[in-house]
Amino acid sequence: MEYHLKTPLKKEDIEKLNAGDIVYISGEILTARDEAHARILEMGEKKEELPFSLEGAVIYHCGPLMQKTENGWKVVSAGPTTSGRMSKMTPPLLKAHDVRAIIGKGGMKDVADALKNGSVYLAYTGGCAALAAELIKEVKAVHWLDLGMPEAVWVLRVEEFGPLIVGIDTKGKDIFAEVREKAQKQLEKQE
Amino acid sequence: MSTKISRESFIRSIADLLRKTETELPDDVVNAIRKAEAAEENKVAKFQLRAILKNLEIAKKYRVPMCQDTGIMIFFAEIGSEFQPGFDLEAAIREAVILATTEIPLRPNAVDPLTRKNSGNNTGVGIPDIHWKLVPGNQLKITAAPKGAGSENMSSLRMFNPTETGSIKNFVLETIVTAGGMPCPPLTIGIGIGGSFDAAARLAKESLLEPLDAPMEGLEREIFEAVNTLGIGCMGLGGSTTALAVRVKTAHCHTASLPVAVNIQCWANRHASVVFGGDE
Repeated sequence: MEYHLKTPLKKEDIEKLNAGDIVYISGEILTARDEAHARILEMGEKKEELPFSLEGAVIYHCGPLMQKTENGWKVVSAGPTTSGRMSKMTPPLLKAHDVRAIIGKGGMKDVADALKNGSVYLAYTGGCAALAAELIKEVKAVHWLDLGMPEAVWVLRVEEFGPLIVGIDTKGKDIFAEVREKAQKQLEKQE
Repeated sequence: MSTKISRESFIRSIADLLRKTETELPDDVVNAIRKAEAAEENKVAKFQLRAILKNLEIAKKYRVPMCQDTGIMIFFAEIGSEFQPGFDLEAAIREAVILATTEIPLRPNAVDPLTRKNSGNNTGVGIPDIHWKLVPGNQLKITAAPKGAGSENMSSLRMFNPTETGSIKNFVLETIVTAGGMPCPPLTIGIGIGGSFDAAARLAKESLLEPLDAPMEGLEREIFEAVNTLGIGCMGLGGSTTALAVRVKTAHCHTASLPVAVNIQCWANRHASVVFGGDE
């Protein structure tokens, strides 16, 4: 199945998605990778308010390549980064905020349970950064530039961002885990 | 005899070389991805291989980096013993990297390993990483091979016992299974066997520069076929396209040693060369 969704995402929007479906997203997405995740969690512990809202949000695991022009920031290249690095920080983040979708590449380990509360993992083809940049229409804001360009939180307006493949759905079906398990079995056979 | 090349034109050439490396792949790599797309039967994988090919078209057309991870700057230089530039080559390459970072632009990826402070211009201690090899003649050949972290992070090195040559294949397969979709398959797998701890890693990295359309022999073919039965597929979502090629380089090593390094390369096997000097 193919779906075209608009942000902010509602629970109903994503509960109908099944692993393997194709999704396109329009609206607002926020980039966050290692350092941003760490800071979000740290601020949560200190009960400090974030400078952006994560309710119904789409988090994009992406460290974009941006260029500063006279009219503000321009997206040059913005593909997904390896989601696996954020695996440990994601369950506490989902517990604290109603993030509805995560976009990344390569899959995440042991997050399927945390996603069952109403979030999906969407896989974007790794390295397809020139293609992604074409679908980002506007840089709406940037937070935490002190973390460096790749690690900052960029608020982006996208149109028909995709194709994204539902990698982990709200029912706990995880394509990456299934592929991993099969590969492991195949490896044992070869030994 | 001094080689006729100005510092300014050298810097210009290296910056142009980096632009080429970041925005288009060598023909043999593109052809290998095309071949994989044609052969792939898994729908999701085929879909993604098409996205990769489309991405390559856009990057080449608009001369923008194909991947936002423009890598850390690695160069392989073969310098002729009679090549006399008349200026500091390393400093000039460093300057070219700084120029390319703002000009192309490149994402500033070089950080201090402990404080994680970003230098902002892709240079730093040991970066750019330049491997010098002295060769006969009066030419200088420079190959740029920027490397992204997704695939680099999944690479591995192990010091085996000398009698464990039979375990090499399994070590590579284990490395690839652990990596799963994280290093952005379809992969080129560079394997360095022998040398010393560091030489094995360098051999593995160098082997990624070998043409993908050259036939695979012996261990290369054996590992290639085994990897593609794992079913990891494009981006770890399943399918038969896990590796585009496997390349092995060997060097003699200590009789008590057997170092083996696996350097994983994502589909964006970026590299290009430029030659200076010669008999003009």
